[in-house]
Amino acid sequence: MAAVAGAGSQLGDGQVAGGQPRGGLPRGRAGTRDGFTPWRWLILIVAGVYFLIPLYAAVRFAGWGSFGSVVHQSGFTSSLGLSVRLAAITTVITLVLMVPTAVYVHLRLPRLRRLMEGITILPIVIPPVVLIVGLLQVAPGFLKGTPYLLALIYVVLAMPFAYRSLDAGLRAFDLKTLVEASNSLGGGWGSTLWRIVLPNLRTAMLSATVLTVALVLGEYTMASLDLYQTFPVWIVVFDQTSGPISVAASLLALFVTWLFLLVITVLGTRQARRTGGGEVNLFAVARRNSGRTS
Amino acid sequence: MDELVTAEAPGFPSDPGARPGVSAPEPPSRAAGALRSARRALGVVPFGVYMALGLGAPLIAVVVGAFQSPNGGGFTLSNVKTATSGVYLHGFSQSIVLSVIASVLPGILGLLLAYAIWSARRGAVLRRVAITASAVFANFGGVPLAFLFIATLGSSGLATKWLNDLGFNLYGHGFSLYTLSGVAVVYMYFQIPLMVLVILPALEGLRPAWREAAANMGARTWQYWRHVGGPVLLPSFLGCVLLLFGSSLSAYATAEAMTSGTIPLTSIQIGSFLNGNVLAGQQNVGKALGLGLVVIIAVAMILYVILQRRAARWLQ
Repeated sequence: MAAVAGAGSQLGDGQVAGGQPRGGLPRGRAGTRDGFTPWRWLILIVAGVYFLIPLYAAVRFAGWGSFGSVVHQSGFTSSLGLSVRLAAITTVITLVLMVPTAVYVHLRLPRLRRLMEGITILPIVIPPVVLIVGLLQVAPGFLKGTPYLLALIYVVLAMPFAYRSLDAGLRAFDLKTLVEASNSLGGGWGSTLWRIVLPNLRTAMLSATVLTVALVLGEYTMASLDLYQTFPVWIVVFDQTSGPISVAASLLALFVTWLFLLVITVLGTRQARRTGGGEVNLFAVARRNSGRTS
Repeated sequence: MDELVTAEAPGFPSDPGARPGVSAPEPPSRAAGALRSARRALGVVPFGVYMALGLGAPLIAVVVGAFQSPNGGGFTLSNVKTATSGVYLHGFSQSIVLSVIASVLPGILGLLLAYAIWSARRGAVLRRVAITASAVFANFGGVPLAFLFIATLGSSGLATKWLNDLGFNLYGHGFSLYTLSGVAVVYMYFQIPLMVLVILPALEGLRPAWREAAANMGARTWQYWRHVGGPVLLPSFLGCVLLLFGSSLSAYATAEAMTSGTIPLTSIQIGSFLNGNVLAGQQNVGKALGLGLVVIIAVAMILYVILQRRAARWLQ
């Protein structure tokens, strides 16, 4: 970290003491945070190698032919359909539950914010395998018989990501002032939420959606132990029939999900730029365009 | 709970002479305050109920089940005793060792990567690609992930072959994908992206003004990190590492695909109870194992909350 190119170089690099490595920062030239300095290249290249080589190896194993035949396999459509349905239901419940809650906590119960953060982080660390053991024990029979029990519990799993993006989004603009202004102009709660808060929160809601969808499309543990064939479960089951096609399917899923998220993010950012909101940053929307441009 | 304390009683004028009619303002105002804060709390009731049903109830079922005898349902400690001995105790220790490796290492690497992405001010495209990719990879796992690494670092994998051509025999140097360290390498594939996702908000908290102020006072880069950036980031960093620890402890799909019996891990052992591979009289040992994981996580969580508090104080 000491090698981070920084403002300290004003003093001239000759004064650097303590033998701290200064990376490849050219001597006598001020390092800028903007530039692609060598240490950053190094990190990005190492990360790129670590993340891309396994993908490449898998593509080579599967062979290009397998990618085309994935969609024709039995169970592909039904399992993908189930996963997409679960993703949609989970997202809707998550937003309907969490947007009003996050707004309310910010406005009325700011003291609860720490507590909320603590509670909403729990599902990341509580093992899903423990949660599903308990859930199958306590869930009422009519829910146990449907795959939609999974959607209900996925809402809990998505909570850490959803709440954090909404929280970051709410911090990025002056919610209190806007709401007070709206109220003083005679706006009721409903219209304030609909016409003031939601438009400002759009990017944060988009982030929450993106993260929730990614989670549901990739979740395996609970679905497999609940014995429903969602897409990730189908991939594993199908692996026993045909290895290469199963690998191709999982690569395809990875790539399509990523592309989907990228499209959502780009669209959201474009929309936000028009309305003056923040950049979709998935987790934090804190860095907004400072507003001086307009 | 804080609310009862913080909700101020509605403002009675503190001049008693002006309002002789109000002889005892205390009781009614306190009651009104309590009522008001109770009404205020109504707004979080749906969330609270959902979490209680979706998170609380299953956890309670596991905890209660851990102390129930399978036949009759009376109180017993035998589940817990079984769960903390023999192969299960070994499973706990292996799980903890793996989780420590697979949280500290990706924590550091993820922080570096997140910083590289975050500080690339002109790299809006890079940021977008990297962050969406992080969201996808953080949810990647199971058989597909295991396969990716078997094709790469398995004994006849691609990278193994490349290294061999370069004159380095990976497996000759004691590496194997099916040992704890091998599994840790695989875990990093979703742990590093998770770290990037959770540490980014903390990086957003590093105000550029601090850096400029430090520079104006003559601080060098390493001094800035030693005295400003580091202390600010440290609590969140540790909190995020604890999060990774929990995530790695919970990992099931990848562990199932990678280890299949070679390394005993607690989450797999719990799963096998759910799949019905149970000895008679041990039906509830799985729940005791679940309780064990929850206890380990709880200890980590307590640390996490303490650390988050400190981070918040710094960043305010």
